[in-house]
Amino acid sequence: MKRQKLMAVTVSAGLLLLCLAALAAASPAPGVVESAVNGAARGMAEATGTTLPWWAWPIILLFFCFILGIIAVMAGVGGGVLFVPLVSGFFPFHIDFVRGAGLLVALAGALAAGPGLLKRNLASLRLALPVALIASSCAIVGAFLGLALPADVVQLCLGGTIMFIAILLLLSKNVAVPHVERQDALGMALGMRGAYIEPSTGEVVNWKTQRTPQGLLLFIVIGVMAGMFGLGAGWANVPVLNLLMGAPLKVAVGTSKFLLSITDTSAAWVYMNQGCVLPLIAVPSIVGLMGGSFVGVRLLAKAKPRFIRYMVIGVLVFAGGKALLKGLGIG
Amino acid sequence: MNNSVHASPEQNAYADILFYGCWTGLVIMLVTYLLYVSSAIAPHVPLEQMPLYWSQPVAHYLAGAGVPTGWGWTSLLGRGDFLNFLGIVLLAGLSIICYLRVIPALFRKGDKLIGCIALAEVLVLLIAASGLAGGGAH
Repeated sequence: MKRQKLMAVTVSAGLLLLCLAALAAASPAPGVVESAVNGAARGMAEATGTTLPWWAWPIILLFFCFILGIIAVMAGVGGGVLFVPLVSGFFPFHIDFVRGAGLLVALAGALAAGPGLLKRNLASLRLALPVALIASSCAIVGAFLGLALPADVVQLCLGGTIMFIAILLLLSKNVAVPHVERQDALGMALGMRGAYIEPSTGEVVNWKTQRTPQGLLLFIVIGVMAGMFGLGAGWANVPVLNLLMGAPLKVAVGTSKFLLSITDTSAAWVYMNQGCVLPLIAVPSIVGLMGGSFVGVRLLAKAKPRFIRYMVIGVLVFAGGKALLKGLGIG
Repeated sequence: MNNSVHASPEQNAYADILFYGCWTGLVIMLVTYLLYVSSAIAPHVPLEQMPLYWSQPVAHYLAGAGVPTGWGWTSLLGRGDFLNFLGIVLLAGLSIICYLRVIPALFRKGDKLIGCIALAEVLVLLIAASGLAGGGAH
């Protein structure tokens, strides 16, 4: 009974999300509203392509991000990966500002989660520090690249990336505690090892990394993409840390989340310095997503993860498709 | 191989700064946002005009609204919209503060390699924050 209720809540949240997106996207085109507005308002409507007053958008965004936060937590993805394609696809905001807000959304979520993860040893400072240096340096390059490219090219690349993430989520099979026979020399030199207590069994899980050079190389690509699209990069951090480098899933997820607080910081500074952070968009996004995440965490224990995961994959395909169409000048 | 299941002292120190800094930043951000949208403090760019800018590339916003890049916003701190940057900057600068707190501890422990990596990270974040790594927005 409880499960049915939860399913109903989740489906309602998904539907509400789509309704809000539809409301955002269906704001009438300038020609349609001709008779409804007076001169000045009509001028504004023609210039912006929407008849809604300025204050309506932050409110819609707040609710939209609240629901997004619930769904993101339950699906085990960061808010940024859903935020950027959906908001750039369905809201009247230019992708420059959406990416700026997206990075702040991912950053605020990571900063809030960081202390708990570090204290419980589920995020490892020793594992994160070298990775963060590479990813954050490359995120700066990615941010400049993203700001230098034309918006339609960014949308096109974003669409392709989101489709790729959807496939990755569909196919990837994470391993709870990968077996690492022997730690490589670099991992050993960097002290990439640790231990945590598995709460479900009370067992102490010792871990160490393998294939560290390959993993660090992949973080170059991850950093560039995080900066370029303002996505956050949990979707890529976790498989690299877990499947390639052999960190246990809980450590990979925890360290990935903490890592975003450093990687996204460097890219966020670039976007901020270039004027791409509009508080009117960024603040309701952060508040909405964080609020939604708190609710999502409470629902998580009772949720049916597989169903939600498939729902998010569907939303990602939809958002990626919309970004692709926008990039091609069709959407 | 037996590792400690407890977080190291420097990891705990990092977590403490992150905790207090993050929530302080979020509260500042929320308060300044309410002052901004309620027009209690007049913004540099009138709220009614924002829809004209947010749907256009950032270059249009910078030129049309006379918004400075880099740290130029500090000269507009008295305006509602730019007051919001206080909280945002605290959030974005928090990692630098955390790193600065743990670097001496790492060197004291003889962890020179990780200490140097942390120092390099601070440098990277400071370069990003300074706006020295230039480039034009489209």
